[in-house]
Amino acid sequence: MDKPFAITLDVGSSLANHTGAWRVERPVYVELEPPCAHACPAGENPQRWLYAAEEGAYEQAWRRLVEANPFPAVMGRVCYHPCQTACNRGFLDEAVGINAVERFLGDLAIERGWALPVPEVTSGRRVLVVGAGPTGLSAAYHLRRLGHDVTVRDAQTAPGGMMRYGIPAYRLPRTVLDAEIDRLVATGVHLELGARVGDVLDAEREGFDAALLAVGAQLGKRAYVPAGEAARVLDAVTMLHDVAEGEAPHLGRRVVVYGGGNTAVDAARTAKRLGATDSVIVYRRTRDRMPAHDSEVAEAIEEGVRVTWLSTIRHASAGRVLIERMVLDETGFPQPTGELEELEADSLVLALGQETDLSLVEGVPGVSVVDGVIEVDDDLMTGRPGLFAGGDVVPAERTVTVGIGHGTRAARAIHAWLGRADVRPGVAPDADTAADVGTASDVGAAPDDGVGSGGDEGAEPGQLGAHPLTGAQVPGADAAGNPPVATFDQLNPWYFADAPHAVRPRLEHARRTSGFEEVVQGLDVTTAQYEARRCMSCGSCFECDNCYGVCPDNAVTKLGPGARFRFDYDYCKGCGLCVQECPSGSILMVPEVP
Amino acid sequence: MATTSLGMPVKFYQVGSFAVGNRLVDPALRSVQSGQERANALTSGHRACQGCGEALGARYVLDAAMRASQGRMVTVNATGCLEVFSTPYPETSWRVAWLHSLFGNAPAVATGVAAGLRALGRDDVTVVAQGGDGGTVDIGFGALSGMFERNDDVLYVCYDNGGYMNTGIQRSGATPPAARTMTTQAVGAEPGNVFGQGKDVPRIAMAHDVPYVATATVADLRDLEAKVTHAMSLRGSRYLHVLVPCPLGWGTASSDTVKVARLATESGFFPVFEAEHGVVTAVRHIRHRVPVEEYLRLQGRYAHLFRPERRDDVIARLQAIADRNIERYGLAGPVAALEVGPVGRAGALIEEGAAPGARVREV
Ligand SMILES: Cc1cc2nc3c(=O)[nH]c(=O)nc-3n(C[C@H](O)[C@H](O)[C@H](O)COP(=O)(O)OP(=O)(O)OC[C@H]3O[C@@H](n4cnc5c(N)ncnc54)[C@H](O)[C@@H]3O)c2cc1C
Ligand SMILES: Cc1ncc(C[n+]2csc(CCOP(=O)(O)OP(=O)(O)O)c2C)c(N)n1
Ligand code: SF4
Ligand code: SF4
Ligand code: SF4
Ligand SMILES: [Mg+2]
Repeated sequence: MDKPFAITLDVGSSLANHTGAWRVERPVYVELEPPCAHACPAGENPQRWLYAAEEGAYEQAWRRLVEANPFPAVMGRVCYHPCQTACNRGFLDEAVGINAVERFLGDLAIERGWALPVPEVTSGRRVLVVGAGPTGLSAAYHLRRLGHDVTVRDAQTAPGGMMRYGIPAYRLPRTVLDAEIDRLVATGVHLELGARVGDVLDAEREGFDAALLAVGAQLGKRAYVPAGEAARVLDAVTMLHDVAEGEAPHLGRRVVVYGGGNTAVDAARTAKRLGATDSVIVYRRTRDRMPAHDSEVAEAIEEGVRVTWLSTIRHASAGRVLIERMVLDETGFPQPTGELEELEADSLVLALGQETDLSLVEGVPGVSVVDGVIEVDDDLMTGRPGLFAGGDVVPAERTVTVGIGHGTRAARAIHAWLGRADVRPGVAPDADTAADVGTASDVGAAPDDGVGSGGDEGAEPGQLGAHPLTGAQVPGADAAGNPPVATFDQLNPWYFADAPHAVRPRLEHARRTSGFEEVVQGLDVTTAQYEARRCMSCGSCFECDNCYGVCPDNAVTKLGPGARFRFDYDYCKGCGLCVQECPSGSILMVPEVP
Repeated sequence: MATTSLGMPVKFYQVGSFAVGNRLVDPALRSVQSGQERANALTSGHRACQGCGEALGARYVLDAAMRASQGRMVTVNATGCLEVFSTPYPETSWRVAWLHSLFGNAPAVATGVAAGLRALGRDDVTVVAQGGDGGTVDIGFGALSGMFERNDDVLYVCYDNGGYMNTGIQRSGATPPAARTMTTQAVGAEPGNVFGQGKDVPRIAMAHDVPYVATATVADLRDLEAKVTHAMSLRGSRYLHVLVPCPLGWGTASSDTVKVARLATESGFFPVFEAEHGVVTAVRHIRHRVPVEEYLRLQGRYAHLFRPERRDDVIARLQAIADRNIERYGLAGPVAALEVGPVGRAGALIEEGAAPGARVREV
């Protein structure tokens, strides 16, 4: 080739120069567990569905959500949202209003009539679920998704358990509850109401291959309060149950509620709505030690409920109760002072906790009951093979959310149990005959709609340890492959626009105490989207293009929407800029291995 | 600002315009760098240090200029790191028409290229000249001033890494006071570079009354791209001064290049503004103001201000420089509480649907 004067070599591109050889550490894309998902007892990954909601893809968001939890409209109202307590955004300004967006999606689904998929019965196995509360219904839903034939039996005339007979309508309107239960039952669950199960062994003999006990804790605790004959004393669970059935009990104008949990607060707020002029909670410790959720205590006080702190009830008689003042000792335990006081009370409502009625497992071999609850192993199986238990009947925190999570876990465990070759209820299978069957991670692995990159394409929730696109194991994953939780210091919060939390509007005070209208209102569509967009996508790439942009060596290849990025290790010098500037903490630096 | 029933902004984009890309905004409003089709004017395989701010800045600038000119552009490059690391004969990383001149004459060569194109009747081709701070504020300064005086049709880009880095970190007229270089050692009563010297070339350029002068950093891509795009839409002499941290010369971690540039602006030490015909027209307001110490601490070239003993007196003098910038340019002005869309030049916010680079309003 003819070259200009003094030029002897052809022009070449620097691409021939593989500067990646300079590197001593390499960046790798990872998928960490977001703190919200880590904290959710119902097994949701809020980040995944927020991601879709950020784009306005609400149906997709809802479908992702219901893979784990079939009750978003209920959860969006009654869940105490531990996800928000854990949310990393709380370190920046305020936690993402995950629960409010969840409710928005749940309500939208009801409004639009979105249905759940109806899976075929493919397993030939029959499962009995005793109890149609959140635990039982969640288990039924997931068992249906796994292809089993499911029957749910409940003693009551309507399903829902404490969601219907405990939680008052001003917090959870029954139209919402009915809509979500109906939609779930429509996936092919056989629901038998007014069908109390007296003995679980009888049920087993009907030919079920496995059974789940989800009977909750229905009995109000009967703590001994000395009471005169004419005193009107009732328990909160019964009272709320009757109100839910439309049979408002006669309480009088002055009502005293004894207890410090959510049930006490619900009972006191309900009493107000039934016309009590005075509704007083008597609690033996201080507000900061009250087990009831703070926002509900605040709402109750706004509605005119009074709380008498540091007090116990010594005696109840017609028209009055005698209370004794307490002080907290160094350990925070209340100690009596001997100081007495009288309170006027037409009725006394005891809200001192709930107990379980376990007559249906009495004498069942292998089932052990300790402290009034059923002992279970990590798979929620009782000592009797094939008999599982979850929710309020087992030792755990008693919330709807935990119940739903137990339902999911129990469904997975039952599915694994049913996959064994020689399954017979009551008989422990021979370990050698255990067939290789679907496992826990099959739950929630329904094919996704494939849009966006919430980190789920092809990945199953149980396999979070692997990167969704590359399949590579995330550094720091535990033995089970679970990735580490993304911490706030792994993020680069500079990139997130300042945005305060959107507060849900509340019903005006006057309308609150005059009826059972819902107090907390939902978000409108723009506000819900705004709130979703506050998510920082902790530990999961949200395609902000920062790594692609900031690499001085052009060593990041953008693969296109939904496909994320790839490092070009031929040229990556390992400077770490992409790691430092990744807003979501989705890149880690690892030593270069020779 | 349009708000929802709860007073929240209707348009809110998660990362606003801070990140390189944003999947939530209209594709037409996205940055050049976020696009798969960006020119990659400076491609892989170059020999710049790990985390080089100059390599990053040059790609940011030229990719934006390539988009603005639809590829019809000639680049003239002074000697310096940018030339040496990109083009060791016979190899090159440039994917643009590119001409290497001398250390001191890039403005003059660019003037000549512009004149040649004019003679050929090629008014569709634009000329972009670029050089380091040494080549610009020191040795090339006479040629640059002449180019400004004649208002030659060139966009001149200075990549300011605060020293002659290519030849081993010597002081330039853009080296900040107190910084250690090989020629301003950290010894004596007043260690590092002297106070009260050096040249503020953006302001000198403004004094030439050229159509457009702007400063920018590699920490704010959207602002940088918007300025390049605007500059490319004008004719005559335009000057863009880009702060590009140098991990080697500054003694910073290679991963901190963007962070340190961000702290330079957030502390007010490096003012980001733009001016037309000698008048400042817009500034990029500080978002989260930090003391200048936070900026200094990351840099080995200021290590002597903290070890073996703290030099509060020197830190205070550097803080005074930042404070003066904040006052002079009004950098502490209203900070947008809610970023609602891509930021146009110098922090003006634009709403979804507005043309790229359009200036709308402040929140
Ligand atoms: C007043 C009140 C307010 C609450 N508020 C909240 C709240 O805001 N948020 C929250 O997360 N949690 C709340 N909880 C707790 C929550 O309701 C329970 O933890 C949850 O409902 C437990 O679910 P489960 O399915 O295990 O039991 P349950 O909801 O109690 O359901 C058990 C079901 O089993 C049925 N059953 C029982 N025995 C038999 C039998 N032998 N045969 C057939 N059926 C039987 C019952 O009829 C019932 O339908 C509240 C509880 C109360 C009492
Ligand atoms: C006339 C002349 N003198 C000295 C040099 C040596 N030289 C090459 S680049 C350079 C410094 C470049 O500094 P700057 O312009 O700031 O660019 P940087 O390398 O810092 O990017 C020097 C002194 C030269 N090439 N020509
Ligand atoms: S910011 Fe998003 S991903 Fe992170 S914890 Fe909060 S909701 Fe989850
Ligand atoms: S920014 Fe580029 S060169 Fe630096 S570590 Fe990341 S990919 Fe590698
Ligand atoms: S920088 Fe942005 S695009 Fe890159 S991995 Fe992090 S979140 Fe994803
Ligand atoms: Mg320089």
